[in-house]
Amino acid sequence: MTLASYRDQFAAFTDNGGRAGPAWLPALRRRAFDRFAATGFPTTRDEDWHYTSVSPIAESTFRLVRPAASSVDLSAIAPYLINPSWSRLVFVNGRFSRELSTFAELPAEVDVTTLDDALRTDAAYLESQLGEHARIDHNPFAALNTAFVTDGAVVRIPADCVVEKPIHVLWVSDAAAADAIVCPRVLVTAGRHSRVSIIESFVGLAPERSFTNSVTEIRLDDGARVDHHRIQRESTDAFHVGTVQATQRRNSVFHSFSFAAGARLSRANIYTTLAEPGCEARLNGLYLLSGRQHCDHQTYVHHAAELCVSREMYKGILDDESHGVFNGKVLVDAVAQKTDGKQTNHTLLLSDRARVDTKPQLEIFADDVRCTHGATVGRLDETALFYLKSRGIHRDTARALLTYAFAAEALGEIEIDELRDALQALAFERYNDSVLG
Amino acid sequence: MMLEIKDLHASVSDTEILKGITLSVASGSVHAIMGPNGSGKSTLAQVVAGHPSYEVTGGDILLDGESILELEPDERAQKGIFLAFQYPVEIPGVTNAYFLRSAYNELRKARGQEEIDPMEFLDLMTEKLKLVDMDPAMVHRAVNAGFSGGEKKRNEILQMAVLEPKLAILDETDSGLDIDALRVVAEGVNKLRRPDRSTIVVTHYQRLLNYVVPDFVHVLVDGRIARSGGKELALELEERGYDWVLEGAVA
Repeated sequence: MTLASYRDQFAAFTDNGGRAGPAWLPALRRRAFDRFAATGFPTTRDEDWHYTSVSPIAESTFRLVRPAASSVDLSAIAPYLINPSWSRLVFVNGRFSRELSTFAELPAEVDVTTLDDALRTDAAYLESQLGEHARIDHNPFAALNTAFVTDGAVVRIPADCVVEKPIHVLWVSDAAAADAIVCPRVLVTAGRHSRVSIIESFVGLAPERSFTNSVTEIRLDDGARVDHHRIQRESTDAFHVGTVQATQRRNSVFHSFSFAAGARLSRANIYTTLAEPGCEARLNGLYLLSGRQHCDHQTYVHHAAELCVSREMYKGILDDESHGVFNGKVLVDAVAQKTDGKQTNHTLLLSDRARVDTKPQLEIFADDVRCTHGATVGRLDETALFYLKSRGIHRDTARALLTYAFAAEALGEIEIDELRDALQALAFERYNDSVLG
Repeated sequence: MMLEIKDLHASVSDTEILKGITLSVASGSVHAIMGPNGSGKSTLAQVVAGHPSYEVTGGDILLDGESILELEPDERAQKGIFLAFQYPVEIPGVTNAYFLRSAYNELRKARGQEEIDPMEFLDLMTEKLKLVDMDPAMVHRAVNAGFSGGEKKRNEILQMAVLEPKLAILDETDSGLDIDALRVVAEGVNKLRRPDRSTIVVTHYQRLLNYVVPDFVHVLVDGRIARSGGKELALELEERGYDWVLEGAVA
C-alpha cells in the first residue's frame, strides 16, 4: 500500500523535473527507484534485518517535505554546534540553509558545497562518484535515498591537503517534518595523503514522527585519512535509517564513530571496503537507549586486499524496555592475506526488561589471517561499585558514575577533543543529573 | 578500643573463610595481619569495609563501641573506615579530582558540614599530592585508568590522605611495588600516622613492615589468628617461613 504512495510521489517528483539537473541524474533516480520498488522494505526474514522489524516504517505513509520558510534560527541549533566557529553546512528538513551555514575556517583549496550547487558546477565529477560507493543493489534504504536525492553536502579535499578543523554537516528537523521523509546525502572524497574530519549530526528539534533516511559516501585515495563521526540525536518519536559507506585505496585510514541516543527506531549501517593493501579501518560506536527505543548497528568490513587492519568497538547502555542490536560482519577475501581484524561489542544492561542481540559474522577465505571477536553483556561490576562505596559514595551516585564511565570509555576513541568532551558531558548529564540533583 | 572484632565468622558462597577472629585495635596503633595465601587476611580487610560478596555468619565488628555489621560500605566510610585496595578499580572518564571531591563531600555531608568548593579542594589535593610524591597532572587523569601498578597504589594512599580516615586498612599495598615505590608509599602512610588514627597493614611479606613499623603482628592461618606478637614476630616469620606457624597451628 505504501509502496504505491512512494510510486505516486516519485512520479510527481519526476514530473516536477525532480529539480533541473544533468541528464544522467533522472536515470540514476529511476534505476534506484525501480530497484527499491522491486524489493520493497526488508523484513525480518532478510538475514541483514533479522533483529529489526522496519514494519512501522513500511506501514506508514511519509510525504516528501516541500520547501517551506523555516522558523529554525541560530539559537535553536546552537546547543548542537559543538564549536560555532567550525565550518558547517546546516540543512533544515533536508533543505540547505545558507543563513545558518558558515564556511569560515576552511583552507582555500577545499571544496565544500551543496549537492544542488555541485550538480550545476561539477556534474561530471558527481556522475563518477554519486552512487559509486553506496551501492543500491542490496540496500533498499540506499536505493530509496538515491531515488529522491535532491540536496546534501559535497566535500572535496585535494591531494596533500590537511584540513585542521572539523567540517560539521548538521541535519535538523522541526515540526514541519511531521510525517515526512527526508533523504540526506553526503559525498566526501579525500585526495592522496589528504586529511579531514567530518561530523554529521542528526537532530530532531520537535517531537515529530518523521523518517530520516540518509546516505553518506566516502572515498579515500592513497594515504588519505578521514575521521567520520555520526551523531544521531533525533526525537524519540522519529525513525532513522542511515548508511555510511567508505571505499579505501592503498594505505588509507578510515575512522568512524557512530553515536546514537535518539529515534524510536533506528538503524545505522557502517560499511567500508579495504580495496587495496595497507589500509586501516576503525569503527567505533556508542548507543544510549531508554524507554522503548530500538537501535540497530550493522557494520561491514570487507577486507579485499592484503595487509589491512580493522578494529571495531561498539558499546551500548540499555535501560527500560529498550532493544539494542549489533551485527558485525567481516568478510576476508582469499587475496586478503595478513589481515588483522578485531571486533568487540559490550552491552551494559540497566534494566531486566531491556534486550540485546549481538551477532558477530566472520567469513574468512584467506588462510593467513588473525581475526577475533568478543562480546559481553552484563551489569555494573560489583567490585567497582564496592570501590566507590568504600570511599563514602552513595550507592545511587556510584551506579551513576560507573554507568557514565562505561560510556566515557567508548567516547574516549573520539580524537576531536571538543566533540568528545561534549558527548561525555551529554552522557554525564544523562546518568548523573538525577542523583546529583 | 577503636576497633573490636569479636569471634568473627564470614563465608563466601557457603565456604567459611573466617572461622572466629578476635582482634582489638586501639587508637593510634598499627597492627600487621600476615599469613600465607588463602589464610583469609584479605577477606578480613574486605569484610571490615563491607564487601557485599562476603556473608558474616557470626560474631561482630564494633567501631567506637557500635556494631557496623548492618552498615553499607559508604556508611562505614562515613564513620571513618578506609580500605586501600589490593587491585584498585579503573574508572575511565571520571577524573581523580572529581572522584575524590565527590567522596570528600559525601563524608562532609554525613558530618553535617558544608561542601567544599572545587578551587579550595584543588589546593587541598595539591597539598596531599606531595605526601605521595605524585605528579600534579594525575589529578586530572581518569581514576586509575592506564595507571601503572605503582601509580595505582600511590593513588590509594593519596585518597587516604585526602579522606583522613580514623581506621586505615591497607590490603597488600606492597604487592607489585618495586623498592622505591614501596618506600614512597610507606613514607606516605607514616606521615599520616596520628594518635587518633589506627592502621591495619595486611601483607604477605615482611618487607613493608621495615618501613611501616607495627605495634602488633598477627598471623592468620586458615581463618584464625594462629599467633600474635610484637614486631619481632614478623622478622621471625621472614626467617623461618609460614611453615613454622602452620606446624604450630596443627599441634
